[in-house]
Amino acid sequence: MNPLLLKAFTATSCIGRGIAPTLDSLIAQRSGLAPCDFEAVELDIHVGAVERLDEETLPAELSRFDCRNNRLAHLALRQDDFDLRVREAAGRLGARRIGVFLGTSTSGILETELAYRRRDPSSGALPAAFDYGATHNSFSVADFVRRRLGLEGPAAVVSCACASSAKVFGTARRMIEAGVVDAALVGGVDSLCLTTLYGFHSLQLCSRLPCRPFDVERDGLSIGEAAAFALIEPVQAGAGIRLDAASDDVLLLGIGESSDAYHMSAPHPEGHGARRAMQEALASASLEPDAIDYINLHGTGTPSNDRAESQAVTSVFGAAVPCSSTKGATGHALGAAGALEAVISALALRHGLMPGGVNTVRVDPTLTAHYLRRNREARVTRVLSNSFGFGGTNCSLILGRAG
Amino acid sequence: MSIAGYVAGIGALGPGFGSWEDAQAVLSGRRRYEPSPTLLPAPILLPSTERRRTGRVVKLALAVAAEAVSRAGIPAQQLQSVFSSSGGDGHNCHEICQALAAVPREISPTRFSNSVHNAAAGYWSIATGATLASTVLCAFDGSFCAALLEALTQVSVDRAPVLLVAYDTEYPDPLRGKRPVPDALGVALVLTPSPGPGSAAYIEAKLGTDAAVSMTDPELEWLRTSIPAARSLPLLRQLALRSAGRTALEYLDVARLIVEVEPCR
Repeated sequence: MNPLLLKAFTATSCIGRGIAPTLDSLIAQRSGLAPCDFEAVELDIHVGAVERLDEETLPAELSRFDCRNNRLAHLALRQDDFDLRVREAAGRLGARRIGVFLGTSTSGILETELAYRRRDPSSGALPAAFDYGATHNSFSVADFVRRRLGLEGPAAVVSCACASSAKVFGTARRMIEAGVVDAALVGGVDSLCLTTLYGFHSLQLCSRLPCRPFDVERDGLSIGEAAAFALIEPVQAGAGIRLDAASDDVLLLGIGESSDAYHMSAPHPEGHGARRAMQEALASASLEPDAIDYINLHGTGTPSNDRAESQAVTSVFGAAVPCSSTKGATGHALGAAGALEAVISALALRHGLMPGGVNTVRVDPTLTAHYLRRNREARVTRVLSNSFGFGGTNCSLILGRAG
Repeated sequence: MSIAGYVAGIGALGPGFGSWEDAQAVLSGRRRYEPSPTLLPAPILLPSTERRRTGRVVKLALAVAAEAVSRAGIPAQQLQSVFSSSGGDGHNCHEICQALAAVPREISPTRFSNSVHNAAAGYWSIATGATLASTVLCAFDGSFCAALLEALTQVSVDRAPVLLVAYDTEYPDPLRGKRPVPDALGVALVLTPSPGPGSAAYIEAKLGTDAAVSMTDPELEWLRTSIPAARSLPLLRQLALRSAGRTALEYLDVARLIVEVEPCR
């Protein structure tokens, strides 16, 4: 593929609102996971919640989109002047020339869950104020974001469970290459809701403790919430890219997608689909495995994911390349995880930081991948980031320094 | 770059038509449209253990996908796929929301696994062994156009054959009061970068602002506007008539997808 420039990016999660606090948390190896006190949930688990989302107010003309997921999007768009950067691009390229492709798994389903508690006692009807299309529907977040930023290009939500917001980079890559758009706003937004908390609990995939990816005693994931966005454009003179060694610019170099064709909620035990996604990403970037300096793992902390992913990583890269999961810090942001971890990968490149995986005390000796528990400071030229989801859907991204 | 491809196979299933052949007869005007509730076949492609777990949305998507792939004569394993639905499995969603509003809050693991928007794509890959890239989209009422644009972009950029599957099923009450989708309708297209012996038409898409085309038959027009996947009907009519022409499909408030159709002779 032709490399694409991450012209601007931002992330908001339980470890920080915007890039600076997120980087500070990574440097301090601080976790944002805490005992769950969301919505009177009576589960003995930890979650990664974004504080004070209740205080967010959407613009009056978009009030029908009001829900936790769109509040999180609204909050995240304002960090790092991201909204201003997008408006600048719209002024330069035209609002119709920018596509909006966002990932989410549950969108604003929390609104429906709450509406079901307030059904009319006689008719059973949902409350009059409940707006399905603007809140619950998967497209709601993309529709909100495009209206909030005045973008008029093609728009869609990718909803492939936990690979959703990695796969949006693939859609954007194709749309830009085909000339359908000149730039794309990509990202992911997923917020806490009862369906995922009780759902993962029913599958016995939630840990009671803050999740410990790759730990010998790992026993499940911790759910988080996040919004992360990137504005991507082709690498060309007009985009003002710097290719010298001091450049801060980050490029999308490769992307690989595959399907397990194995099971709805369990990964292929030897990580066959994951391996193919990583190989495809390398092929699309025209890179050999030894070109990758650091791997940001999917690393959920469930026994089965980490075992399969470790095997897949080792089969492609050998056992030497440093890798870690940042989900011990952020929790698993599900449909937003791919974009959140793409932003973390961009920070790794920009600041020469391989973030160590927090919470993990003793790395499982049967996992052969080279798991980092402590931060490592070194020049990082290329990062691979993995995202895998229910339904056996896999996506790997390769990001690199421009200079 | 033209956003274009060849239609190698079509599948269709909806209220009053059980296959593309049926739909073709109605859409080309050879037979009067007589609506009747959509009948969904059992998903025989799936192993029996998986079959028991599937709801209407998976049955619908698998049925139209299988029809299009069999007409195209291309093995499913050789196809990238783009699935698209406005809402996924409404019955499953209702059961989950009902359980979460009750005491104690408990949902079944199968219901949760099936709640993901990409459930049908996951079952399709399990059923057929298709391991290539698969994506699943939503653009509310414009979900078909989002999928057609994505699929034709994949055909044009990746130079690869792509299976498009767009499908919607009804929500039960009380969600039906907020999202009144009346019944199930699905459509599938196999799109290829170069023509084959069985290619039905060459189609090329671009974004535009023309007024969306409607159906002349009032009942088909009602279908078009009441089930999101049926926003594809003007294109299907063009394909059924085997005539060249241009049709504008509803996509976003500010954009239509303009599709030029050129039948293959």
